[in-house]
Amino acid sequence: MSDPSTDQIKEEMRQYILNEFLPGEKASNLHDDTPLRTSGIIDSVGLLRMIDFIESRYTIQVDAHEAGVENFDRIEDMATFIRNKRQAGA
Amino acid sequence: MSERPSSAANLCEYLETSAQRFGDRIAVVDPDGSSVTYRQLNDRADRVSGFLLARGLQPGDRVGLVQPKSVTGVCAIFGILKARCAYVPVDSSAPAARIRSILGNCQVRAVFASPGCAEVAVSIETAKAVVLTGTSTGQRSSGLPPSAVSWEKVLEHEPSRALPASRHRDDVAYILYTSGSTGIPKGVTLTHENALSFVDWCTSVFNPDEHDRFSSHAPFHFDLSILDLYLSLKHGSTLYLISEELGKNPGTMAAFIASNQLTVWYSTPSILSLLAEFGNLKQYDYSHLRLVLFAGEVFPVKHLRNITAHWPSPVYFNLYGPTETNVCTFARIPTPIPPDRTQPYPIGWPCSHCAALVVDDAKVPVPTGEEGLLYISGPSVFKGYWGQTGDNPAFFERDGQRWYNTGDVVKEDPADGFIYVGRRDRMVKRRGYRIELGDIESALYRHQQISEAAVVAIPDADAGVKIHAYVATVRDSPPSIVDLKVFCSKALPAYMSPDAFLFRDSLPRTSTDKVDYQKLQKDSAASQSQTK
Repeated sequence: MSDPSTDQIKEEMRQYILNEFLPGEKASNLHDDTPLRTSGIIDSVGLLRMIDFIESRYTIQVDAHEAGVENFDRIEDMATFIRNKRQAGA
Repeated sequence: MSERPSSAANLCEYLETSAQRFGDRIAVVDPDGSSVTYRQLNDRADRVSGFLLARGLQPGDRVGLVQPKSVTGVCAIFGILKARCAYVPVDSSAPAARIRSILGNCQVRAVFASPGCAEVAVSIETAKAVVLTGTSTGQRSSGLPPSAVSWEKVLEHEPSRALPASRHRDDVAYILYTSGSTGIPKGVTLTHENALSFVDWCTSVFNPDEHDRFSSHAPFHFDLSILDLYLSLKHGSTLYLISEELGKNPGTMAAFIASNQLTVWYSTPSILSLLAEFGNLKQYDYSHLRLVLFAGEVFPVKHLRNITAHWPSPVYFNLYGPTETNVCTFARIPTPIPPDRTQPYPIGWPCSHCAALVVDDAKVPVPTGEEGLLYISGPSVFKGYWGQTGDNPAFFERDGQRWYNTGDVVKEDPADGFIYVGRRDRMVKRRGYRIELGDIESALYRHQQISEAAVVAIPDADAGVKIHAYVATVRDSPPSIVDLKVFCSKALPAYMSPDAFLFRDSLPRTSTDKVDYQKLQKDSAASQSQTK
């Protein structure tokens, strides 16, 4: 996989979240800073599935202590986290 | 059916007997790792009881418990029971309006609440006392009335030992609120007798002893907790409380079960599925685990096969029963699961303290093998819903027995017992929780831009069911799906939030002007199969 930019990761995550958790929603209503965990859009089971997707899509390992709202509440934080993880692992 | 006398006259007696026999053994381990012995637990419960009696609580009064699971909560439960009061456990993470509606419905006279729930607790007008748990000594949030006291103050109280002779098996022990079709939760009111008859049946089948280490995964407001709490403490075993946070994290939960060498596990199938899928179970030793019990929903065979492959040695049981009857039928699941099996396992035969009847709409028993409604009678069956007056239509009398309509459609297999077929009403199960779809509709109608709402559930191989909400809106600019999701997370418990929202100009109606649920159900099933 070629190294995706932060913007590419954001778009991929937006599509994934729309498909999985907000079927039928317009992409324009899901902003980079829309709260997802703290608003109840993604619940704990949803988070597990999303992390599973992220781990296989971006070939990174997400540790339990990293799975909190600081990294997984908003698309922009997820993209930064994924990007940093990939760079650290490169 | 035999109504065998229970070994104890009251649930408190389980603890009191264990405190005498196993005083120095660990009774309960808190999610923070601290623990109490049987003697300590019994002593603290006596102090809680003394506090409640000093505050003027009377036998039969209700006491709310609104806090995350903890040793403090277990002490409070037994203290409440010792005072001959009934505990009302409520999900502390539920929306405040729902907590208030439950505590108001049964008019609690006291509340034990964590600091996060202090505000709602002190707003309950009937409560003479509010105990704040989880606060350090002397700490009190500003603005709270003098009725609020700290847990430490309660423990300084003189113990009170209620006279055993004054206890009655028919005293209400606890009230568990479940989703109600009109949007108001229903309080299933259960007596000591209801619980004792079930727990004593568990003793005869699961044969626990003081060397067992039980999981306590279900929160106290969920009926699965009755087995964990009372069976474990009856036998001098150790109960490991699993916090809500740990309970949702299969990776750390898998390590927790192994490192604490748990011997008995009890949860919904959803949790076992998560453990098998995400727990990375291969890296741990589960040789101590002897019993795996599950209840609350149908266990998809794919996931059951998965967990039994990871944990081959324990004995597996499927336990079935609505909150109103507690567990009333059970089936031992033979392992390994054959690779070609796709049908879910049966719910099995009635427990020895219950009797079952499968009847048609005229309440006439159906021939073996035919579908019918499952009715249950026996000492574990509840008396009624809190505050309900008049006859409960879910009951009928036959052969001098009182039979409760579970609402579940089953058929009898002569070899394996009852097979669960489904339901005819609008109640569904998700992650073991009961959901009345009408309850979700009531919440949606509170949204200012929604003029019509109808909710349907469709089967889903992975999730069990998916919940689809159809809405019509009052304005030209409808709320976004993000808005509706956020609205639901504030108005409803998380497990009730719809998976999808679908907009319609107006909802389809039948010729009698009722919402055409069959049409919506078909639309949803069609959209579901398209996305696969």
